[in-house]
This record gives sequence, C-alpha cells and structure tokens, in this order.
Amino acid sequence: MSDALVSVRHLTVSFRAEGGFFGRSHRRVRAVDDVSLDVEEGSIFALVGESGCGKTTLGRALLRLLPPDSGEVLFRGKDLARMAPEELRRQRRRMQIVFQDPYASLNPRMRIRDTLAEPFWTHEPHLSPREVEVRGRELLRLVGLRGEVLGHFPHQFSGGQRQRIGIARALALHPEFVVCDEAVSALDVSIQAQVLNLLVDLREKFSLTYLFITHNLAVVRHLADRVGVMFLGRVMEVGPTEELFSTPLHPYTKFLIGAVPLPDPRRRDRERLLLQGDVLSPTDLPPGCRFAPRCPYARDRCREEEPRMSEREGRKVACHYPLA
Amino acid sequence: MDRGNAVLQVRNLRTEFATRRGIVPAVDGVSFEVFEGKVTGLVGESGCGKSVTALSILGLVTSPPGRVARGEILFEGRDLARMTPREMGAFRGRDLSMIFQEPMTSLNPVKTVGNQVGEPLRVHLGLSAREARRRAEEMLDLVGIPEPQLRYGAFPHQLSGGLRQRVMIAMALICSPKLLVADEPTTALDVTIQAQVLDLMMGLKNRLGTAIVLITHDLGVVAETCDDVYVMYAGHIVEQGDVYRLFERPGHPYTQGLLRCVPDASKPGRRGPLASIEGAVPLLTALPPGCRFAPRCPWAQELCHRQIPDLVAVGEGHLVRCWRAEEGGKP
Repeated sequence: MSDALVSVRHLTVSFRAEGGFFGRSHRRVRAVDDVSLDVEEGSIFALVGESGCGKTTLGRALLRLLPPDSGEVLFRGKDLARMAPEELRRQRRRMQIVFQDPYASLNPRMRIRDTLAEPFWTHEPHLSPREVEVRGRELLRLVGLRGEVLGHFPHQFSGGQRQRIGIARALALHPEFVVCDEAVSALDVSIQAQVLNLLVDLREKFSLTYLFITHNLAVVRHLADRVGVMFLGRVMEVGPTEELFSTPLHPYTKFLIGAVPLPDPRRRDRERLLLQGDVLSPTDLPPGCRFAPRCPYARDRCREEEPRMSEREGRKVACHYPLA
Repeated sequence: MDRGNAVLQVRNLRTEFATRRGIVPAVDGVSFEVFEGKVTGLVGESGCGKSVTALSILGLVTSPPGRVARGEILFEGRDLARMTPREMGAFRGRDLSMIFQEPMTSLNPVKTVGNQVGEPLRVHLGLSAREARRRAEEMLDLVGIPEPQLRYGAFPHQLSGGLRQRVMIAMALICSPKLLVADEPTTALDVTIQAQVLDLMMGLKNRLGTAIVLITHDLGVVAETCDDVYVMYAGHIVEQGDVYRLFERPGHPYTQGLLRCVPDASKPGRRGPLASIEGAVPLLTALPPGCRFAPRCPWAQELCHRQIPDLVAVGEGHLVRCWRAEEGGKP
C-alpha cells in the first residue's frame, strides 16, 4: 500500500521465558512472531485478540518502546529499528501512546501543569515558561477540561478526566500517529463513550492516524476502518472492519466475534459458538497452525504445516481452509 | 409476577462506611428478591453499590469502617443481617456461596485446588477425606476441567485464569447451595473463556436449581443470562424489571442512556459518535439532594433537583425511580 503511514515487515519481538532453575531459562517466547501489516494514513486500525496474543507488545514495538529481534518498522518509509538515537528522538514526537491505566501513567506527585509541560521541556526547550503554560491550557480545553485544573494533582480527578489528561499529554507535540492501548478499558461504559468520541473528534481536527489495541470488539466494529486479529503472536486475519465482522475468513475470528455477549435478551437462545479448550501457552507451540488445537475445523494438514498469510480481494488470512 | 419461591429477600438495606468526610451510604434503601433457579442481575457502574450489596448479603462487609446499618436480608426465613459471624460461617460455603472477580486472590495459594474444592464437604457436611476427594474430583470434572484426577493436586498458580475460575465455581457449588452470589465472575477473563464460563454457570444452575445473584457492569452479560434485573446508581435502585421488558422498554433515563452507550458487536457500526452520558457519577460524600441522576439527566426539571423520587410501577414487576416514570422517563 502506498499510503501507509506505518508499515511493519516480518517483525519479531521476543522475551526470555520465565521459569527454569532459579528463573534462569534460555528459552525465548516470541510475543510477536513474523508480523507484517500496514496502517493507512488517517485511518483507525484496530488490533484485537485475547490476553497474551502479543497485541500490546506489537503496539510498543511500533513506537520502538521495545527493540525488535528482527524485521522492520517503517514510519513514512524510514526504518525506526535502524535509526540513530538522535534521529529516533526527533521522530518520537510524531508518535505517541495513550495507556490503559490513567492511574498508573500519570505521576501522582506532579501537578497537571508539569505533566503537560514535560513534552515541551524535552522537545521544545526554547519555549518560555509562559508559553508552555499557554499550551497547557489549550491542551486542556481541547480535551474538555478547564484551564484552572493545571494546579491540580492526578488524584483530584476521576478516571475519565485522568484519561483526558493522558490524551492531552499525548497530543502536546502534534503527533501524526497515536497508539491507544486499551485506552478506555478501565473506564465505566458511560465514560468510555465520552472518551472514544473525544478521540474520534481529535482525529478529524488533527488528521491523526490511530492504532487501537483493544479486546472490546463491539467498539472496534463501531469505530475502526481496518482490523487485525492476533493469536499467540501471529496476525491471523486482516481486513476492512465491516467485511471482517460480517464474513470472517479465519475460524478464530469467527469464534472471537461469536463469543461477545450481545445486549439483546431476545437473541440469547441463538445457536452459540463456543470455542473448546483453554488458552494455549506461547512457550509450547504446536507444530502446525497455532490455532489448530482449539479449532473445530482443523484437519491433518493444519496440525502439520503452519499456514502462511494469503491475500484475497484486499483481505488477508493465515488459514489453510478459510471460511466463506 | 409469579416467580416461584423467593430464596432471598433483601428489604430496605442500608450499608454505610465511616470516612473522614462523615458517614457514607454506599447502599441506600435497596430491596430485591431472588427466586429459585433464577438469575437476578445487579447492574451498574463503579461506585453504584452493587458489590457492597453482595458483601452485605454474605456478611463480608469489613467492619469498621463499614456496617449494615438498616434493613433485613432474609434467607430461608432467617435474617442474615442479624447473624453473628459464627452463625454466618455455618451458612457460607454450604447454603450460600460466592464467586469473585479475581480467582487468584480468592484461592489459597499454598493449598492444592482439589483440597480447596473438597474443603466445604469436610467442614460443613463432615465427610471423610477420601469421600471429599472423590466428590471434589467429580466436581472438577463437572466444571469442565480436563484430567480432574491430575489437576486435583495442582496449585492455583499452575492453572490459567479460566481454569481457576472453574475451580472457584466447583468450590462454590460443591455443597449444592441454594444461593450463589457471583460478583463480576467473568470480568477478568478473555471473551472466548467468558463465553465458556457463563455457559457452564447457566448449565449448572439449570441442573442444580441454584438461585444466582449476578453482579456485573456488562449489559451484554445481563442480556445473555439474567431473568430479573436491578439497575443501581449511586446507592439506589433506579429501575427493576424482567430482563426482556427492561431492555425493550427501559424507563429510567439512566438505563436508557446506558443501553445506548453499549454498541452491539453483531450489528454494522454506525460510524457516527457513540452515545454517551455526560458528566460523572456523584461522589457519595456529595450526593445531590434530589434524584441522584438529575445532574446528568437530559430531562431533569426543577423537582428532580429538589426531591428524590420513589420507585413507581410502570408495568408488571417493572419499577422506575423517576418523576417522569409514567411518561417513560422522557418529557
């Protein structure tokens, strides 16, 4: 794709496995395993999957908050993985992240004034304290908070307000790309919607590109342009949101969507898709397709040969026997 | 509404906490009934009092600073609110049991899971260790734990979150309790595992006839599992009714707002802004004098800000705490 803002090519990120004698294990777990994808400029790309699938690791690797083992992360065509530190620092201001937990990601001993000033101190040291204060007030207004709260500490805010501050901080340097890692998951539903709407408004205002990392599929269907489904470090399927939800190609996608409880009691007696088996361990992967042990459609080939990503009509799927 | 036998009747419950800013009523005048073989949902957002209601039923409110200040919790004709901790201990785990959100903190990390599942049988029913083990293995099998004989000797940290929650369910149901209180039982689980665990709970409920109080913030889970629903807001019940009616014709502006906020994953996205409820839940230390939802309510009028409305019947078993209840909560 020519208009990709961020492209990932054969990216692998691994960690040393826990366990072993006194925790000394030499095995490595590939949290992200040979992943390739493109995030188009101005779009919302959603990365979905269950805990341990590698979606958070991938998000961090995209911003180079984690070093990759191999592969490329291209930001406007330049590989972040091979960038010199000074160049990387200049690029960093163009990419930001909003974390899940607004309680943990704001320094409890810093006033909001200082939290919002920090990005300027680092990246725009020429600004006077007066100018930094003005920028802080603008940022707060942008996220729907009053300028008077600059002197407050994080504990004086509700969860939703704290998340707004996290967003204000992320937007301070006018980034082009923002990773939202479960940015609304810790919030109550009525507040979630407020914050999601704010994120969408800001996208239009600043022509932002978002990567939403989330397990909330209903929100994804409502907001995202494209969706990538991850399972145990691999991307199993990528496609435009509506097509992926209405005709999933990968069996895992189908079961993941089918497991979401629907807010409509009249449909509770529908035939339900239940996935058998438990979460698999990333340290002990099966030889063929990693979903095969839980897949009701798995055949012999699936247990022997790992499927490669294949493309059909603008959609991608890693399955020997795609649905539909 | 004919619902059969009420296993639990909570009447006018008020549970308070002493804080630096004075006495705070986390649960304020809550009444509800739970019927045999039925699932009763207590729904609401953080701070609405749903979990404190559960803890009050179970006699687990930490005191001080908390206490059940008023009301009755009638279980089989006896008032749990007036029982001594010792009397309560004899009930809990036998006729009345519970599941919490995070199984890792509710299970004993230094005992095998089999031992913990069998413990209520030894403590409450005086079964021998051998008999308790046999029944525990059966129960582990029943909740879908693969290789139950092998897993009997496992410690909680050796199991995944989904399996741990199955162990909690096995432990909660082993004495065939009449009432199960489940506080966000699937919130910490992945969605495919949540579907399995809910399916398991509903299957066991149908088989054993257990009455369930399900506490959740997830309206999807409510729609999939509950028979009766109570919506809570800032310590009050603001709406109650049969699940079908409540989702089809929500009467309280808060319930209406909540239902609009939740997108449906089975329907095409609308691509517009999501519905939200402006403002935030009031602090329990600074409750408004009138309807507690009035500061966020799009239809609030002068009376709403001044006086708390009563629960008013708008249909069979359908009650709404709103001055505009008769007009469906709208002007």
